[in-house]
Amino acid sequence: MSYHNPYTPPRKSATFDDYTLAEIRRAAATGIYDIRGAGTKRKVPHFDDLLFLGASISRYPLEGYREKCDTSVVLGTRFAKKPIHLKIPITIAGMSFGALSGPAKEALGRGATASGTSTTTGDGGMTDEERGHSQTLVYQYLPSRYGMNPKDLRRADAIEVVVGQGAKPGGGGMLLGQKISDRVANMRNLPKGIDQRSACRHPDWTGPDDLEIKILELREITDWEKPIYVKVGGARPYYDTALAVKAGADVVVLDGMQGGTAATQDVFIENVGMPTLACIRPAVQALQDLGMHRKVQLVVSGGIRSGADVAKALALGADAVAIGTAALVAIGDNDPHWEEEYQKLGTTAGAYDDWHEGKDPAGITTQDPELMKRLDPVAAGRRLANYLKVMTLEAQTIARACGKNHLHNLEPEDLCALTMEAAAMAQVPLAGTSWYPGKGTF
Amino acid sequence: MPVIDLATTPLRELNRSLHNIQQGSNDLSYEVANPRGSHAVAVGIDGPVVVDVNGSVGYYCAGMNDGGTVTVHGSAGPGVAENMMSGKVVVEGDASQYAGATGRGGLLVIKGNAASRCGISMKGIDIVVHGNIGHMSAFMGQSGHLVVLGDAGDALGDSLYEAKLFIRGTVKSLGADCIEKEMRPEHLQKLAELLEKADVKNVRPEEFKRYGSARKLYNFNIDNADAY
Repeated sequence: MSYHNPYTPPRKSATFDDYTLAEIRRAAATGIYDIRGAGTKRKVPHFDDLLFLGASISRYPLEGYREKCDTSVVLGTRFAKKPIHLKIPITIAGMSFGALSGPAKEALGRGATASGTSTTTGDGGMTDEERGHSQTLVYQYLPSRYGMNPKDLRRADAIEVVVGQGAKPGGGGMLLGQKISDRVANMRNLPKGIDQRSACRHPDWTGPDDLEIKILELREITDWEKPIYVKVGGARPYYDTALAVKAGADVVVLDGMQGGTAATQDVFIENVGMPTLACIRPAVQALQDLGMHRKVQLVVSGGIRSGADVAKALALGADAVAIGTAALVAIGDNDPHWEEEYQKLGTTAGAYDDWHEGKDPAGITTQDPELMKRLDPVAAGRRLANYLKVMTLEAQTIARACGKNHLHNLEPEDLCALTMEAAAMAQVPLAGTSWYPGKGTF
Repeated sequence: MPVIDLATTPLRELNRSLHNIQQGSNDLSYEVANPRGSHAVAVGIDGPVVVDVNGSVGYYCAGMNDGGTVTVHGSAGPGVAENMMSGKVVVEGDASQYAGATGRGGLLVIKGNAASRCGISMKGIDIVVHGNIGHMSAFMGQSGHLVVLGDAGDALGDSLYEAKLFIRGTVKSLGADCIEKEMRPEHLQKLAELLEKADVKNVRPEEFKRYGSARKLYNFNIDNADAY
């Protein structure tokens, strides 16, 4: 019997997969790295890897729709004369006018205000529309200081000193010339049409000792009225939290690597910073070690999508969360309604991330007047309010099942982990065991 | 004239008084005694108040000044007059790093020397330094004028946008995208005006050289990667 060599299918490399090969070819053809918006797209351990245990014989639940489960949170109770009172522990993260269109910022303000929560400015300063449509507005104090002025500082409800963000801890930004309209250029004191670099570190302070003095200056300018947040990217959460507290922060905002950005290098987004899940426990530990847990509030962001994510972040010790990408999706970002136009841009709904190019079919990440008209800020604001309501109800549903009459009463003991990685990062037991990596010794 | 002695009065009381000055008030002049290197002295002024600080101050003196006239009869720590909107700040002695950082308007006069990053990210402020300035001054300067009667350190005007730099002495090195530019009549006129406002005597505008942006890095181009 003769032997025929059997057919073996072509085998592609797991290391050099199709996407990697395409990226090598793109780099070779263009000589430039890929710049994009949004957060990491790689799979990292996340809240999906945690489950709530729910009630049992030793833990009794609260009645859904009947027994109260409070969702309120007060931010800035440490030093500020006027802390921020929010109805729900879900805030809108900092996103700039410039990166986002005017109608998009208005929609965020409308949705947040209807829900009793706050919005946040971004690089580029505060617009009158944003101030007008946001009952509670947090004013970011950024390295570029674009649009920074004491009048806006005083008409803000809180100040957020931005040290870093999860998508790019250690990185600045670049708003490309095509998004620099007359108004954006004017707000940033720069000529129209040129790229605007946002610095990666503050121009007039470096290190925690300087930060303490900077916070003193901001408090003095605003007569100690406003809560001062310090926002850090997920890099060294234990030390960054401890140093922010030492520097006098009222609130620490901690942004993991799933947190989005308007634009930076893909290599940065995908390779720098830690997953949100890995950041929370070290930050909470720092607060507890300093006796400041619940005195300095912790706001966690980066990949929060649902009420379950909210509940998990709070159970791990956060006081509130912030959403950015999810809020944009709620108001219409990456909506399949615009699929035909996404195709023309060489992408598809759900994958569109060239936010820096200003061609967003949904009218959100653009300054093009025609595209902007597509976003109705009233309707979009209502969608955001609906979404926030659903997230809140979901979080309450879980909290009641765990027998908690306030979302803040959720605790790590309510959780178990599906994977070893998540167990180690969240420091909750692997499901079905009483153990997580790092607990006890072998 | 109210005198606030920081040896016995909390800083808070000084800044609160300066913020609460009503329009039409007679007491628009304040004297600050014994600052002893205090930080955030006379910050957030938002009216035509005159403050004389008798001694040296720490960080961010006259920060975000909007319309006040603050004179430091001593030296100033980092970030003096940072983000000034309008008004005038005079330092009789030397100034540390980041003097006039991100300032949007007004005039900052430093009678001594200024350290590194003087005028960093300046956005409209005018700065006149009677002495020398340190390295990386006017880094990413967006607009306004930086006038230096002495010498400038390394990397002057690195990544400069539209700020105009006038240096009378030597420049140790120029930063990325900063070049010497032609001094035209309008520049000489502006310079003369700034020298007069800054109380500079016996110095002629013709003694300065002008530096500005080559504007080659205004839009990202991979062929310029070596410049960064």
